[in-house]
Amino acid sequence: MSDQLKWFSLVAILVLPSYAVAGEIFGNISIETRLFPQSPLAKVQGRNNLSLAFQPEYYIEWSGGYQSFTFVPYYRYDQTDDERTHFDLRELQWQYITRSWEFRAGYRKVFWGVIETYHLVDVINQTDLIENPDFEDKLGQPMLNLALINDWGTIDLFLLLGFRDRTFAGEKGRLRFPSTIDTKNPVYESSDKEKHLDLAIRYEHSLSIWDIGISHFIGTNREPIIQEGSNKNNTPRFYNSGDPVLIPFYDQMNQTSLDLQATADGGLLLKLEALTREGSTKRFFALSGGLEYTLYGIKGTNADLGILLEYHYDDRGEFATTPFENDLFIGTRIALNDVQSSDLLAGAIIDVDTGGSALVLESTRRIGDSWKLEVQLRAFVNADKNDPLYGFRNDDMLQIELFKYF
Amino acid sequence: MKQKLSKISLLAFISSVFLLGTETMYAQTGVSDNSDDPVAYGLAIAVESEKRDTGFGDFTAELTMILKNRHGETSERYIRSKTLEVIGDGDKTLSIFDKPRDVKGTAFLSFSHKEGPDDQWLYLPALKRVKKISSNNKAGPFMGSEFAFEDLSSQEVEKYTYKYVGDDVFGGMICFMLERDPVDKKSGYSVQIVWIDKKEYRPVKIDYYDRKSSLLKTLTFSNYKQYLDKYWRASEMNMVNHQTGKSTRLEWKDYKFATGLTDRDFDKNSLKRAR
Repeated sequence: MSDQLKWFSLVAILVLPSYAVAGEIFGNISIETRLFPQSPLAKVQGRNNLSLAFQPEYYIEWSGGYQSFTFVPYYRYDQTDDERTHFDLRELQWQYITRSWEFRAGYRKVFWGVIETYHLVDVINQTDLIENPDFEDKLGQPMLNLALINDWGTIDLFLLLGFRDRTFAGEKGRLRFPSTIDTKNPVYESSDKEKHLDLAIRYEHSLSIWDIGISHFIGTNREPIIQEGSNKNNTPRFYNSGDPVLIPFYDQMNQTSLDLQATADGGLLLKLEALTREGSTKRFFALSGGLEYTLYGIKGTNADLGILLEYHYDDRGEFATTPFENDLFIGTRIALNDVQSSDLLAGAIIDVDTGGSALVLESTRRIGDSWKLEVQLRAFVNADKNDPLYGFRNDDMLQIELFKYF
Repeated sequence: MKQKLSKISLLAFISSVFLLGTETMYAQTGVSDNSDDPVAYGLAIAVESEKRDTGFGDFTAELTMILKNRHGETSERYIRSKTLEVIGDGDKTLSIFDKPRDVKGTAFLSFSHKEGPDDQWLYLPALKRVKKISSNNKAGPFMGSEFAFEDLSSQEVEKYTYKYVGDDVFGGMICFMLERDPVDKKSGYSVQIVWIDKKEYRPVKIDYYDRKSSLLKTLTFSNYKQYLDKYWRASEMNMVNHQTGKSTRLEWKDYKFATGLTDRDFDKNSLKRAR
């Protein structure tokens, strides 16, 4: 935990009790087990694993709801991986709302995009990758945000106050690269390092069947370039006498992106995300396109059946810093629409060049009024040597997580 | 991929169950008897019922849904809703879910339309994501209850064709009986029979027939209260499914009218910060 995080948390913990009477406290606590049927690639890596997570939330509003304060700390304890045992400030924000603008300051999470499998244009928050390899979990980002509301759309201005390093599995963890990543000693292109101020601007609008977002971002890339180095002398690209490790390098980037969804009549959603980015390497282009088609009330039951088809392209090819440079996702989503809100998502992400695939199944079901069970199954098939998933090839996993909400 | 849309497509909206109220100022001037032409008479009754609930502007309310299975076991949902009347089109509604706890903070924004599909957006608090969703789910159950999305959405006159089928007495009130056929082929019903009380033009009972023309469900409205001396709202609505033995009771409370809501309270930004 950085000093900044500690400081903010301390202030929040000291100040909160005096307001807590008026606010609202809720959240969840969860226990997770991960079962790995295969032996790990490295002996030091753990086998079956237990983990606990706690995410309370405190919320208070005043001035008739026009001002509010939100505090969401997060803590996970992991039996095996010291890196996965971690604390984060998911949210610690104050907001002020008026008819024509909205202002927010503090740690926040912001989502951009329309695609389900990978969020190409969603670049404000760092990925908390150690939580889950699906890129869905994010670290809180300190920021000032002003939204200007107009009839012709919303303009969002962001000043991002500092950078959060991406989290990665530690030496003992599963689902990691063949060498461990030295998250303690990242390298930055900017001499301001993690204190570099980033800027972003976004336009967002809804018009008939269209939902559109256009964004521009200038600052530290959330996606590191992974370089080889040694843990004795942290100079990237050169081997010294220490053990080889991987060192994350965060460059400066200038990125323009588009996200677009057409919600057609007949249960069909068409989606597109595209970006052009200039960084320490030459300018490149990437896109994700897809569709989601849902059949409601299949065979006279209450259940819905959805079909998902998504394609990811990155013109850097094998030099892409994401695992999705020419990849296809085919999947299905079933919602029973029962009292327990049971649902299931199953599919495969297939690397079109190598045939390597990641298979995924996720299912959730409410138990009683305040419990939820989530089951995830991940399997990695035919991972190519040059594929980032190569290090996961013995890490097929069944994850069972039970949440208690309060 | 963790997107739990499916679960949340449960959230429909609850706008104009309310649109079915009436206003006393018209009570003396109901539709003149024209039972010789049941189609024109049926439409006239539906138009009068809608007219009496026009002009309310906006309101907020709190809803408890009590789901009961055939063994009598119950499950509850708490929802807060805000509605804005849109003259010349369907209403705008924002629904915020408090219970069950795992969907707390989920919010649903709906712009209903007299013609064509409604616009619907869902806010998923865990991801901070707003997603536009298809409104083709109208025949599906709302949050696992016996109410379909279409039962709870804005009941615009244009959404049905009508026929007057006779008079009846229900709950001590003399009622018109209307047969109404959904215009939209995606409706889960072949026909509905609606009992509308002759004094206030409020719906008091609805029989729903499935696509095979078998009686599926019955909805009864009770404990009507009048707001702003004009607009009637039922405090209780009970839906019984005759085919499964399950039922869902809605309890409405804390109705507030003329709260000063505007379009700004029903945009995507307001959805993201709904609490």
